[in-house]
Amino acid sequence: MQRATFFDHLILWAGVIFLVAPIWLLLASSTHSVDTLIKEGLQWLPGSEGLSAYKTALMTASGFTDTATGLRMLVNSTIMGLGFAVGKIIIAMTAAYTLVYFRVPMAQFLFWLIFSTLLLPLEVRIVPSYEVVSQLGLLNSYTGLILPLIASATATFYFRQFYKTIPEELLEAAQLDNANAWLFFKDILIPLSRTMMAAMFIIMFVVGWNQYLWPLMMTTEESYYTIVMGIKNILSVVREGRVPEYNVAFALVILAMLPPVLIVIIFQRWFIQGLVESEK
Amino acid sequence: MAKKVQFAHTWVPYVFIAPQLLIIGVFFFWPALQALYLSFMLEDPWGLSSTFVWFENYQTLFTSADYLSTTLFTLGYSFAVVVLSLGIALILAVKANAVLHGQKTYRLLLTWVYAVAPAVAGITAYFLFNRHIGVFYDAIVSTGWLFAPETSTFDATVLLILVSVWKQIPVNFVFFLAGLQSIPVTVREAAQMDCESPTRRFWTITFPLLAPTAFFLMVINITYAFFDTFGLIDTLTQGRPAGSTSTMVYKVYQDGFLGADLGLSSAQSVVLMILVMALVMVQFRFVERRIHY
Repeated sequence: MQRATFFDHLILWAGVIFLVAPIWLLLASSTHSVDTLIKEGLQWLPGSEGLSAYKTALMTASGFTDTATGLRMLVNSTIMGLGFAVGKIIIAMTAAYTLVYFRVPMAQFLFWLIFSTLLLPLEVRIVPSYEVVSQLGLLNSYTGLILPLIASATATFYFRQFYKTIPEELLEAAQLDNANAWLFFKDILIPLSRTMMAAMFIIMFVVGWNQYLWPLMMTTEESYYTIVMGIKNILSVVREGRVPEYNVAFALVILAMLPPVLIVIIFQRWFIQGLVESEK
Repeated sequence: MAKKVQFAHTWVPYVFIAPQLLIIGVFFFWPALQALYLSFMLEDPWGLSSTFVWFENYQTLFTSADYLSTTLFTLGYSFAVVVLSLGIALILAVKANAVLHGQKTYRLLLTWVYAVAPAVAGITAYFLFNRHIGVFYDAIVSTGWLFAPETSTFDATVLLILVSVWKQIPVNFVFFLAGLQSIPVTVREAAQMDCESPTRRFWTITFPLLAPTAFFLMVINITYAFFDTFGLIDTLTQGRPAGSTSTMVYKVYQDGFLGADLGLSSAQSVVLMILVMALVMVQFRFVERRIHY
């Protein structure tokens, strides 16, 4: 194998700086006072204010929203991320179970029905989706936030592929032991899927947390704001020509990315496995 | 293909598949069919009544200069994002694959940006390139370029492409690195014996073996540039100046939700539906058939 040269490392570091620098600038600037930021612009080095901007961002409505605190929006985002990931994994595992392990009439038709959802992302059917959710009275609710996002088959596809790699002998053995369909699912498939479930969960949580357009349309009550869409209000303040509390604004932006970033860093191995597998 | 050994069919399989069918029925097929239906309807300006107008919305759409320029912008923008993010990620992956010590550190530093939402990336960039406090703005202006994304389509497009590429490099990097690492050591050793020049070795051995990954990534990246950049555009330019940086997906939202022209917006949804289907078909047929060794 060829060894990396000094030049190779130089290129890699250039890539790292390109990716990290923007976030670092924002992070460092969030620890400065508003005055410093207005007078001298964004700061490369951490300032003297420490994490006080984060306290303001978390505990108060901070001028960008009227009532929703940063903490409230973080809680809502957590609910959406968890609900999205768990919901998607449950319906995917059960639907894939039917598709792989049962002989049902119209199986082919069901297969295409489910997988045709891969053709049309939510962004494209956004206006009619809004109408449907509003007719069902689900605007400003967690159900309305989560369910329409789950209506696609990415995870189902993935679990179907995975089930097909499980040896047939397992089912034969289970049937000899008189296990019924539910017991086989619960005692054999779920334990076998554990790693896959973890990998899926990481990806789906990040995807759910990062949703922007759907919560933006769905929520008019601030108590349902998620943080990723809530920070849009920072821009409204700027566009109205007011000078925002820059440090608090930056703190909110950092808070909006912190949980998914931490999860990806901590569960790096599962994350990469989930990413590579889920896109296959 | 189903398993050879299966459970006999009772009511059980229907219970297991019911949640998925229910959710896609209500939240996918109902809205999708409604989009199709609405694309043939024309609402009066007050939204009180609507009439069936056959293909009038499509006619309006295809003769509109606005839609033509949006389409051209989307294609050019997507092309730039796909080429740049694939190119940069490939270079980084090849270099990272050659590193023996510290590869994990590089991998971590080059992948975590995946977790940053497009909307969050957009706001971050907004501040970095802000004329009051943005240090990147100062840097650009000091070169003599009067950077003004609010009024110049070119500047706004450059900014959008830059941030979109930044956001997409990690995904491509992960896949390219996985692809590189799946090349067997024996192949690499054989190549090393036969060919002295690393550059030639890359183009004759490594790159062809990576081609399936690259083509697959191309589809993923086009999908990204079309659909996932919504949050980025909405936070960075909102289509400004004068709608010249709206992508086709952003325009569906602008016309349908902000402009309340449901018929025209739905017709655009249907056009995008057809585009996505075409893309998927290309992925399954053309690419899989042409790329084999």
